[in-house]
Amino acid sequence: MALDVGGKVVETDEEGYLSNRDEWSNEIAKAISVAEGIDMSDNHWEVVNFLREYYEEYQIAPAVRVLTKAIGKKLGKDKGNSKYLYELFPYGPAKQACKIAGLPKPTGCV
Amino acid sequence: MADFDTPVLKEYPIIPLIKKGSMAHSKPYVAKPDIQAGVGFPGELVDNWQEVGVKKLGELVSGSRALQVFLDTCVKCGACTDKCHYYLGTSDPLNMPVARQDLLRSVYRRYYTFAGKFFPKLVGAKDFTKDVLDKWYSYFHQCSQCRRCSVFCPYGIDTAEVSMAAREILDTVGVGQKYCNEILGKVHKIGNNLGLPKPALVDTMEGLEEDIKDETGIDVRVPVDQKGADVLLITPSADFFAEPHIDGLIGYAKVFHQAGISWTVSSYASEAANFSMFIGSNENLLKTATRIRDAAYDLGVKRIVVGECGHAWRVAYSFWNTLFKDMDFLDKKYPMPSHICEVTHDLIQRGALKINKEANDHRRITFHDSCNVARGSRMGNIPGGQFIIPREVIKACANNFYDMAPETIHENTFCCGGGGGLLTDDLMELRVKGALPRMEALKQVVDEYDVNTFVAICAICKTQFAKTLPYYKFDMDMITSLHQIVGDSLELGTND
Repeated sequence: MALDVGGKVVETDEEGYLSNRDEWSNEIAKAISVAEGIDMSDNHWEVVNFLREYYEEYQIAPAVRVLTKAIGKKLGKDKGNSKYLYELFPYGPAKQACKIAGLPKPTGCV
Repeated sequence: MADFDTPVLKEYPIIPLIKKGSMAHSKPYVAKPDIQAGVGFPGELVDNWQEVGVKKLGELVSGSRALQVFLDTCVKCGACTDKCHYYLGTSDPLNMPVARQDLLRSVYRRYYTFAGKFFPKLVGAKDFTKDVLDKWYSYFHQCSQCRRCSVFCPYGIDTAEVSMAAREILDTVGVGQKYCNEILGKVHKIGNNLGLPKPALVDTMEGLEEDIKDETGIDVRVPVDQKGADVLLITPSADFFAEPHIDGLIGYAKVFHQAGISWTVSSYASEAANFSMFIGSNENLLKTATRIRDAAYDLGVKRIVVGECGHAWRVAYSFWNTLFKDMDFLDKKYPMPSHICEVTHDLIQRGALKINKEANDHRRITFHDSCNVARGSRMGNIPGGQFIIPREVIKACANNFYDMAPETIHENTFCCGGGGGLLTDDLMELRVKGALPRMEALKQVVDEYDVNTFVAICAICKTQFAKTLPYYKFDMDMITSLHQIVGDSLELGTND
């Protein structure tokens, strides 16, 4: 599959996850979010940026609890829970937010 | 997401009229060559696939008396036809277990029986054509290998074995399923389904220790690679990553803490799941399981305890004893392997845990028997222990427990709809529809007893229900790990 980002063609896998993580840019994230039906707010970006930072360090997306804790610290305790993350990313913070962040899909029984 | 209608929950279950071909479009993504290579299979459909596939079928049948009996003995009595959750949820007649088996049986007859070789039309024998291969790929990925049908079959024919054989033949000719095979490759390379490397595992476990401290004020350890610990805990990596799984892991940690049992997880064998069973591959099964044996040996533990994972418990309970040659280093006082529910149950029996049942009074609980625990293994030393022990643990830790209808629990349990290697987004329609019979049974206890907590002991079941409950207008938070119920009731610190 491929995604058209301002005339540039970006390769993705069958499910819309970016094939090459290094190609990621804010514009590409924007394009993926549009395809996912998500209107990116500052809080969405906080999540996406945290995912990318964590991936950079650990080569894997953070566990949901690690993510909720980090977001709670950044955006306030009332937002540090998966309910809030599901409000931001209705298909699930792990998969949908990873897709927008250009990270591989978490695999396994998750 | 795929466009489909969620089945409507009726007042009582109705066996649907057939809708031919209604799920013919359903098939998971095919594995790319690099994924196939990771599990030792050809990267794409091999040129002489027909010959290779027929030969493999012959090898499987001659290597397994069980498989041959399953293929030879069906008398088409029809007892299985309305027992599969995928048939009940999709109405597609090829999801009747007998029809699913016949997809493979017809090919077996054509090449390996006298009548099928010479009078194929008379005995329903079929050539192994591309059309047949495609049907196999579609419909053997609409079987969660839950074995409910085999409970009702008068001959005990096990569709799961037929489905595993079909998937192994598919892999052998180069048509593998992306979801299962990608995951298995990660286990071989990194040690778990997620691909979670050691530094991330350690970081996550340290975070959990902080969380437990914040919640209880007590220092509870969640150790990684601790040499000389008594217990090696083998648990699905979803327990490190997802919700509600991780609350179960916290529960195990609290149980070990209060009982004073030293324990560890292993970064080398950081996975209980063994998807090799789903694809019927003995080579991969042994390779995946051996990591656990080796980790136990290297860490010098006395016993291995398996966390809340359905098929992992089947592999551990039913296969480890023949897979592993040398387990003499473990302490023979303990059952090998032990399920975490057995450990907790035993500690409760001995009065080693301080429990405050009222801590769970806000919960009205029901329990979902996971298929591989219910029909592929046992717990404790009494028949039916796998049904009794988890319920006894829940009832010891909580006051409000209500079972679902008898025809939907114990050995009659309905699959969650996502087992057997089907827990993937590309099969969401199948997963939602396959959850129907379980959702109907759940609705009954919700309506009658105000049940608000739906407990499971399998990572697949937990993820599947977290995803599918909302389709049926239930709150996704209902799904809960059994050891969260336990952990919430423990009075930590009172034993110190």
